[in-house]
Order: sequence, then structure tokens, then C-alpha cells
Amino acid sequence: MNLMLPLMQALPKLPIGRAVEIALDFIIRTLMPLFDAITWAFNGTISALEDALLFLPPIALIVFIAVVVWLVGTKWLALGTSVGLLLILDLDLWGELVETMVLVFISVIIALLLSIPWGIWMTRSNTVEKITVPFLDFMQTMPAFVYLIPAVMLFGIGKVPGLFATLIFSIPPPVRLTHLGITQVPKELKEAARAFGANERQVLTKVELPLSIPSLLAGVNQCIMLAISMVVISSMIGAGGLGEVVLMGVNRLDIAMGFEGGLAIVILAIVFDRASRSLGNYREIRTRFKHKEKEVKR
Amino acid sequence: MSVKIEVKDVIKIYGDKPELALKMIREGHSKEEILKRIDQTVALQGVSFEVEEGETFVLMGLSGSGKSTMIRCINLLVKPTSGSVYVDGKRIDAMDRKQLREIRGEKIAMVFQHFALYPNRTVLDNAAFGLEIRGMPEDERYKRAEDALEKVGLLGWRDRFPTELSGGMKQRVGLARALAVDPEILLMDEPFSALDPLIRNEMQEELIALQNEMKKTIVFVTHDLDEGLRLGGRIAIMRDGRIEQIGDGRDIVTQPANEYVERFLDKVNRASVLRAEDVMTSPPEVLGDWETAWTAVKKMQRKDMDYIFVINKNNKLVGVLLLEDAIRLVDENEKNIKKMLKKPEVLEPSAPLAEASSKILNTGIGVAVVNEEKNLVGEVSWREIMEIIGGSR
Repeated sequence: MNLMLPLMQALPKLPIGRAVEIALDFIIRTLMPLFDAITWAFNGTISALEDALLFLPPIALIVFIAVVVWLVGTKWLALGTSVGLLLILDLDLWGELVETMVLVFISVIIALLLSIPWGIWMTRSNTVEKITVPFLDFMQTMPAFVYLIPAVMLFGIGKVPGLFATLIFSIPPPVRLTHLGITQVPKELKEAARAFGANERQVLTKVELPLSIPSLLAGVNQCIMLAISMVVISSMIGAGGLGEVVLMGVNRLDIAMGFEGGLAIVILAIVFDRASRSLGNYREIRTRFKHKEKEVKR
Repeated sequence: MSVKIEVKDVIKIYGDKPELALKMIREGHSKEEILKRIDQTVALQGVSFEVEEGETFVLMGLSGSGKSTMIRCINLLVKPTSGSVYVDGKRIDAMDRKQLREIRGEKIAMVFQHFALYPNRTVLDNAAFGLEIRGMPEDERYKRAEDALEKVGLLGWRDRFPTELSGGMKQRVGLARALAVDPEILLMDEPFSALDPLIRNEMQEELIALQNEMKKTIVFVTHDLDEGLRLGGRIAIMRDGRIEQIGDGRDIVTQPANEYVERFLDKVNRASVLRAEDVMTSPPEVLGDWETAWTAVKKMQRKDMDYIFVINKNNKLVGVLLLEDAIRLVDENEKNIKKMLKKPEVLEPSAPLAEASSKILNTGIGVAVVNEEKNLVGEVSWREIMEIIGGSR
């Protein structure tokens, strides 16, 4: 230790944190109008969707969600979903639930639109894979709170920075699972497609993607779960929703409020998880539709 | 008949320094040396052959002999490092991607060792895959896929998934998928190797029957010489990325080019390729139908025979006389042998040996080999059959 001390004093501390700060500061100053535009656009979309869903009577929305769940899953899942959602309605957390669902929905859509092509790109090029894997590690392991600071600086307080932080947190798993799914498709199946004259696009759309659907859906599921788990954290920067209920409960040491908010999040998470997992019975759904088609034809 | 596929001096090197390896091959360095010195794998070192239209051409070799690489060079799933491949006189290794996709989609279809069926598609959708890639409308491609499934006897399974099928059925779907595009050339990469022996035999027979009807050009890869011989076309025996011998089944069984080829023959069922004329011997003695029973007995006893073939004055075979019958005639003082003649089993010189053995089993005596004019040209006896089965010939 004694030997280390003079060495430590001789070497200056590398100003990594300071460098990031300066870079961010520069970005904010030069690109502020762009970020303002993004904030404005997303705020508009989010509140439009919220308004639309809140305009519907809660019961209608519950029935709609239950029917969708029934189509992809079982009737028991649909029943459980309705009971859970009715409970949330009863707890008088409906508005918060809708806010959270909209935020999760939009962030999952954007995350998937970015992550699936990213995962595919990784399978096409070794260089891309080598460069992006450390990025994914970084995104996943950096404590989520750290994203909140730049998010607030770029987008201000509100839902859009929450969306931004959620995106960074929920993109890596679907990227990795897309990559994994495609690389797991047996070589012989790709070779067979090429032997029958398929071009690269056809190999992707007719062989690789359909065969990696279980893995892709696992990615979708992970993405949704992570997005929901970010809800509480992003409520700290004013994203609202169920997270805010929990946060208020914590701040006021109000056990009843904290528990009710937490329970609502658990119900939402379970419904989304089970429903997105049921999508995994892809073949079943497909054959179900096929049989229906045939019946229609006859 | 015209040449359908022509392969000229194809060399394939796996590795990052193909040029250097190519130079070393041309300088006469061996495969092992190249692997050791510059870490490049030589899969094919100068393979040439031609396949006629409508022929079943077999590429036979053990694993690592380059046979699977070679068959993939024909539809360019593997691009040769050097040399050229012609299909219908057009050089396909020089084609651009679009032309290549066209030729793969329409002219050449492939059947794979592990079936390579798509587990997410029904049997029908699997069979229609090649047509779907081509962009054919659904109605039309399903109709053609159904026709192909009917050919392989699986039409009733059209809405099932591959996991519900046995190995033999899966490969039938693989075959139907290839036949559905109505290709001129069928590449079959060890299609039956993953199947049980009984199913394998059944599939081989079916392929032979289908081929008799379709007359496609088939390139068939196998590690089993018996299978190659059974299919009945020419066979190229490969080792270390080279062809050791090309010839039809009889050439290979009767005149193996070297020791390596000979080693395969130990395990092979020769009776399936050899013909009566390859093994027949001339009978030690024959009897004229004008001769007496007494002469017959003397002739047979002198040569230690149990029976003797009888010919008439025009050298045509008229029957066979057993020793016991001849002795009975002598006992009865009957000179004329004609009424004691039995009708012998006969074969044409080109008849397969398998036929001879079953006939010998029926009668217990040798089988006469006669030509078109019914002249006796030789016989196949127990002795020859046992020698073939015993492997001493």
C-alpha cells in the first residue's frame, strides 16, 4: 500500500466523468432544437393515445384486452386478466394504469423496431457483432438510474425522458435473442433454401425469421418485462403512471398506497408476460387459422 | 444421349490463402503437406467427370473424401477455387447471382442427408417450397406440390408437420420438394444414409422405380458401395479429393483399379452386380441326345458329375440328365435317354447372378447358360455361387 501511494499521486485521475459531462453539454447546446422537436412529437403521441384510451369506458377496454388475450392464449388467462384489471379499476388506479400501459406500449414498439433489425444486422457481419456486443453489455449493466440524468437534460422532465431511459434499458435483450435465434437456425436449412434458388432476402424472410420466432418472442417478452420494470424508476423524473403511486407511497411512508400501486404493477406485468408468452404457440395459432381458412373455403 | 454435367479439373481449398495452396498443389505437394505448412484444407484436388443426360451417376467415398463438397460444386453451393463446371454446356461457376438463382430454382434440385425440412411448415408447404421461392401463385404451387407428394405416396399427409413423420417419410417429402420444381438434374447428398436399413432398401427401390419413369439426370452421393451398385449407373470412387476409379458396377467389381477400391469390394454384395457370364464355367462334359444311357453314365462317372446337360445335333440345349436316372435306364436296359430328360433351369448370359442362385436353390443342380440361339454356352453351379458369396472371387 505504501508503495502504491506515491504512484497514485503521480498519476492524475482520468477525467472520464468530466469528459462525458462536457460531451453531453455540447450535444445539448448544439442539438437542443432537435431534442425539443422529438419531445414535442412524443408528448403529442403519448397524450393522444392516453386520451383515446381514457375516453373509452374502462369496462370496454377491459373486455377488449380480455378478448385479445383469449385469442392468443386460453380462456382462463382471459378470465384472470379481466379479474386483475377490474381489481385495478376498483383500487381507483385506472388513469395511472392507462398512462403506464401507453408508455410501455410505445417504448416496446420503438425498442422492437430498433432491436430486431439490429440483431439481424449482427448475424450478417462479424464486425458489427464485435462492435455492438460491448455496447449491449454497457446498456444492460449500467445502473438504470444513470440514464435518468442525461435523459432529463435532453428531454426535460416528463414522459419522454422516461421513454428514452426505458428504451436504452429494454433494447439489449431482444437484440441478443434475435441474434441467437437466427444463428441457431440449422445450416442445412439455409443451404436448402439457397439450393432452391432463394436470394438472401428470401433466406431471411422464409427461413431464418420464421424459424427463430420462439427466440424472437422471448425477446419481445423480455423487452416488455424490462419496460414495465423501468416504470417505477422513470416515475422519479415525472413519467407518471403506476410508478408514481409507488414512489409517493415510499416518500410518504404510506404502506397502503405503496402496496396498491405495487400490486397494480404486478398484475400488469403478469398479464403482459403471460399474453406475450402465449404468442410462442405460434404453430398452434397458425394451424388454427389454416383450419379456419379451409372451412371458409368449403 | 448428350452430356448434361461436365466437371473439369475442379479444385476446392478451404482457408484464407487459396492462391498459395493452389500453387502448392500445382507444384505437386500433397494434401497433408499443405495442411501442415500453410494450414489450408484441400477438399478437392482436381476432379473431372461427365454425367450423361438421364444417367444415375454415383459419387462414392468415405467421409472426408470430398464427395459432399463435389456435389455442392455442381449447384455452386460451394464455389470451386479452380476449374469449371458446365451444365448443358453453360459454365455455371462464371454465372452472376441472378443466373445462378435461376438455374438452381428451375434446373437443379437437391435432396439432403438430414432431410432439411422446415419444421414450421406443413408437408405440403415444404413440398411447395421451391415453387414458393420462384414466386409461383399459391393455387398453382399447391397443385404441383400435391402431384409430387402423390408420386412419393404421401398425399394423405399434406397437412401434417415434419415432426409427425418417420425418417423415411421425411425423406420422401424431401424428394417431393425436389420433384415439385420438375428439375432436369437431381442432386442427392447421401439421401438414405440416415435411414434404417430396411427403409433404406425400400427407398432405393422406389427411387429406381421413379427414375425408370422420370429419366432425370441424377448425381447420387453415398458412402455405401452396395447402394451405389444397386442404383445401377456409373460410379466414381473418391478418396482425398480425387477420383480413384470411374466405371459401371461390373467394371469396379471385376476390375478394381487399385488396392483402395478393392478394399471396398470385400463388404459388397457382388451377386447384385455380377452377371451369369462373369462367373459361368464350361461344363466338364456334355451329352448328345443321340447317345446312349450307357455313354451318359460313363461320361459322368469319368468326370465325377451328378448330372449332364444334353444337346442336339444343332448344338441346342434339349435337357439335363441326372446320374441316377441314367443308371436306372442302364438297369432297365433302355438305351434311349430322351424320355428321362429333365427340363433344366436356364439363364441368359446377361442375367444377374442373384437370379442364378435362386434357380439353383429351386432345382439343386447347376443352371445352364444359353445364348439367343439356345446354344449351351456355360453353366453356373453351386461351386461358383459359393465362391462369390465366400468372397474368394
